[in-house]
Amino acid sequence: MRNDTLSGLLGRPVQMRTGGGTSAFLRKVWAVAAKDIRAELRAKEVASTMIVFGLLAVVIFGLAFDLRVPKSSMVVPGILWVIVLFAGVLGLHRSFGAEVDRDTLAGLLLAPVEPSAIYFGKLASNLLYLFVLELFVLPVMLVMFDTNLFQPYILLGLFLGTIGYAEVGTFFAALTANSRARESMLPVLLLPVMVPVFMAGVSLTAGILDGRPVSGLVSWLVILAVFDLIFFVAVYWIVDLIWDGI
Amino acid sequence: MTTTTSSTSKKADPWYGPLLTLDVLAALAMVLALWAGLLYAKDATNLAGNEQTAQHIFYFHMGANITATLGFLVSVVGSVGYLLRRSLVWDRMAQAGVELGTLFGFCILATGSIWAKPTWNTYWTWDPRLTTATITVLIYLAYMLFRNGMDNRHTRARFASIYALFAFLSVPFTYYSARMFRSIHPVVFNGANADAQGGFNIGPSMGQTLIITIICFVILFLALFFHRWRQLSLESRIEDLREELYQ
Repeated sequence: MRNDTLSGLLGRPVQMRTGGGTSAFLRKVWAVAAKDIRAELRAKEVASTMIVFGLLAVVIFGLAFDLRVPKSSMVVPGILWVIVLFAGVLGLHRSFGAEVDRDTLAGLLLAPVEPSAIYFGKLASNLLYLFVLELFVLPVMLVMFDTNLFQPYILLGLFLGTIGYAEVGTFFAALTANSRARESMLPVLLLPVMVPVFMAGVSLTAGILDGRPVSGLVSWLVILAVFDLIFFVAVYWIVDLIWDGI
Repeated sequence: MTTTTSSTSKKADPWYGPLLTLDVLAALAMVLALWAGLLYAKDATNLAGNEQTAQHIFYFHMGANITATLGFLVSVVGSVGYLLRRSLVWDRMAQAGVELGTLFGFCILATGSIWAKPTWNTYWTWDPRLTTATITVLIYLAYMLFRNGMDNRHTRARFASIYALFAFLSVPFTYYSARMFRSIHPVVFNGANADAQGGFNIGPSMGQTLIITIICFVILFLALFFHRWRQLSLESRIEDLREELYQ
């Protein structure tokens, strides 16, 4: 069917703005991310919940392990990564769940951009929320557990792990957005896939805290980077399939 | 009266004869696998006592391993087929593949644990190979839950296919885990593992047994797979008819 009537009304043919190279693509990604961040700054719904949950989790873990472990640095790596994963799930499901709840997903998909631009926009905003969460959690952990996590390799591992987590998490959030019980479905899908990141992150953090030589820990960083890369490529290839036919 | 109706329905169903043959074959194959694994295969010469007895479970462990991998491969074929063709036949194939792969995955974990108790002196340890195998099973369990959560059949098929493609990444990861990381899991074929505990060499009767059990398990897999595939297509037909009725 030709859309003569529609083009007649608008005075010009309707077309998707798919050209323009990398910089145009990045502008579209930024447009989606900026929309999300602006909505978040006004509603203070997602990131604030994640941060409060993260801080609460630090306190709860502190109470759980207080005086029961000889050195708190023995449990801190696990606590850090568990908090990032669990607090992340809270925010990730909202990134598409909120769109479905407000019936704005169709509107977003009608925007004249590639579906992958929408995905990467959401990914950027989720990454920002996760980094803000970590910015709050790390100093509180320093106080509560008397363990300094501000060490370059720990932060690098956290950075790479968060990127991988946000990549997969945003993608699965898009997949589960339309299913019943998406709040409970997302962690069930996401957490087993995140085990390599979790294991590599915990091992790297523990190794650095124990003062082991960095040369023996580089392989964990490589695992994190390879995970990021594999899922970046896989998601880029496959993301268009999620929304066709909706 | 009842016998005539049942016999006509048998004639009308083209699946009936082949499936029955396959069922009988699978039952015989399991008997053959038990005989070969427990009686025909000689004991491993470098092991002793309980370890030597426990080693016989290796044939069933490998049989389940091959069929689980086969199930997950079938799920990838079905998923790619659905994404290219958009026909639910492929999606049902993927679902049947995942279900059987997960079932045999549990068999792998169970036989492995039974073997590990006498050999490693513990049922479970967080070894790389064990961890990755468990994750694979968990990921595919999540796949089944995920399918349940969606009502529209084509949306469900599309999303499940996409997830199945991601899930399959864990299968080669499991395969290479005992080769890449320091693992105590034995690597019997293509390269030894320096840290492995409880490994053994394959003698002639053991090699023959292994081939027999793998073939037997594949026959069992095919029988179960075609039953499930057919059952799912019947289920889908019922759903079609119900939709027609309530229109």
